[in-house]
Amino acid sequence: MATKSGRTIIAEKKFSWKSALLKWETILILILILVNVMNASISPHYLSSYGLFTAIRSFLVRGAFIVFPMAFLLLLGEIDISVGATTALSAVIMAVAYGNGDTMPMGVAILLCLVIGTLCGLLNGVLLTRFTELAPMIVTLGTQILFRGIAEGILGDEAAGDFPDWFGQVYRGTIPGTDIPYMLIGFIILAVFFCILLHKTNFGRKVYAIGSNRVAAQYAGVPVQKIRCIIYTLAGTFSALTGILMAAKMGSVRSDIAEGYEMEAITMVVLGGISTAGGKGNLPGAIISIFVIGLLRYGLGLINIPAEQITIIVGILLIVVVLAPNLELGKKINALKEKRAA
Amino acid sequence: MILALGMLGVLLVGGIDISIGSTVAFAGMATALFMRDGLYTATPIGILVAVVIGALWGLLIGVIIAKGKVLPIIATLGFMNIIRGATYIIADSRWVAAYEIPENFKAFATGSYLGFGVLNNLIVVMILCYVFFFVVMKWTKIGRKIYAVGSNPEAAAVSGIKIANINMLVYTVMGAVSGLAGALWVSLYASAQGNMAEGIEMDVIAACVIGGVSLNGGKGSVVGVFLGGIIMSIIGKALPLIHVDQFWQKAVKGLIILIAIIINIVSQRMVTKNNLKRREL
Repeated sequence: MATKSGRTIIAEKKFSWKSALLKWETILILILILVNVMNASISPHYLSSYGLFTAIRSFLVRGAFIVFPMAFLLLLGEIDISVGATTALSAVIMAVAYGNGDTMPMGVAILLCLVIGTLCGLLNGVLLTRFTELAPMIVTLGTQILFRGIAEGILGDEAAGDFPDWFGQVYRGTIPGTDIPYMLIGFIILAVFFCILLHKTNFGRKVYAIGSNRVAAQYAGVPVQKIRCIIYTLAGTFSALTGILMAAKMGSVRSDIAEGYEMEAITMVVLGGISTAGGKGNLPGAIISIFVIGLLRYGLGLINIPAEQITIIVGILLIVVVLAPNLELGKKINALKEKRAA
Repeated sequence: MILALGMLGVLLVGGIDISIGSTVAFAGMATALFMRDGLYTATPIGILVAVVIGALWGLLIGVIIAKGKVLPIIATLGFMNIIRGATYIIADSRWVAAYEIPENFKAFATGSYLGFGVLNNLIVVMILCYVFFFVVMKWTKIGRKIYAVGSNPEAAAVSGIKIANINMLVYTVMGAVSGLAGALWVSLYASAQGNMAEGIEMDVIAACVIGGVSLNGGKGSVVGVFLGGIIMSIIGKALPLIHVDQFWQKAVKGLIILIAIIINIVSQRMVTKNNLKRREL
């Protein structure tokens, strides 16, 4: 069962080509290669390092950073649909606090943005751990409306911004002499950090334990509520981070930014093979699927497919992915997997 | 408010449907397009077509959830995207403007001939729906089965209820109700746009939850949903009246929803506590 639950216990791990090929991550990588081949055949400029990194940069701001905490949340069997609103609220507060440089320096405003995002996440976490009967879906739905409402209340239908020049470099900046954006470096560092956190540490084990059976985990002495609260807070912090990146990209902030990013992040996580019921899946899959969806969108955009058709394609992809393991072929693969694991 | 009824059924079996905003848009758009192209002009046919289209989407979602064993939130998340995109495609990313929709269809939302000149047509439709659902949920086999599946699926399966069929049924009903809402929406606003009813699913879920429907399934009543829906509408209409700044209205609404669900939990806790006390005596 080791492969099915997504984590392999070292002692049991035996490498075999067949099971490695049948792993979901391998299939994802194949899809990723396919997408890249498609993109490259569409546009001759795509495969240049500049084109590639532009593509990566453009989708990294679109909720890619929220994927980490969201993956943790789904592994816990939780969900947070307030992340988009948190992004908007923290970015709006950052822009207003900076106020053309009159009120406070940009560095402080950025810090404030992160603090606000963290507080938003903490509110979700506290509500859900104080009132454990509540469904996460409902609480985060309420806070989603609340946060978005506060953002609208502060800014109305105006835009705020006028950030200093260096702030744009957060999005645009590249390592001197190359086209590699700083953002990608940050993303990779975080990805490695979270992969280690989830798959190699005590904390990650506990997350899986809670996700597969919360009651059993509680009795085994896992601090269930504490971990839930931490992860929700983390979701808030990363939403704020996304807010900073978006503000840096666009140079101004409106109250309706990041609308629907929660769905985007959930789609990426689910495509990465993590079950919303909790306890199943792993982080590398989710990270690969960020690139699959991001590059797919970019490529389809290159051949002038309208945004709404791209939405359909992403939707169909999602349905097919979750449906596939339950159909005949998927069942056979699963049976084979189980045989191997046994 | 009619949508809340369909959602009640879905939530009762422990599912959730977040694709309804898109279904409303698709069904409304489709029927508006047919009318624009002059396929028919009669109001009843227009509404019926929207209901059938909505039901077909609902059936598709239901089949995928019930037979494909996909989690409801994921399946409907995907369909939210698919149906919304399909809406733009069939409409060619354009609106159906007011002058393209037949007069009698537009007049339906403002007229009151169904209510014998006293009640607005939309209100009559709503009341009919609520009465119908009330009867079905309370006094028929199907209603009891839906509650049974929601409160304990395993027990329901053992006692011979076909869970897959009930699941498909509730999503189909949800789709049909969305279709009806789509037709009424077009009639009320006298135009059909690709982005109409976006985000309405959250309002509907909120109305259900305020009305005491449990997201875990098995709990909730038509009367509760009625009250929840009315509260949500009153909040929506009252805030401008008491001069809440329009940009702050959303924040107030979010706050009210949060407070409502917390009060709900606290009162439930008190009830169970009291029950326990009584037992000890």
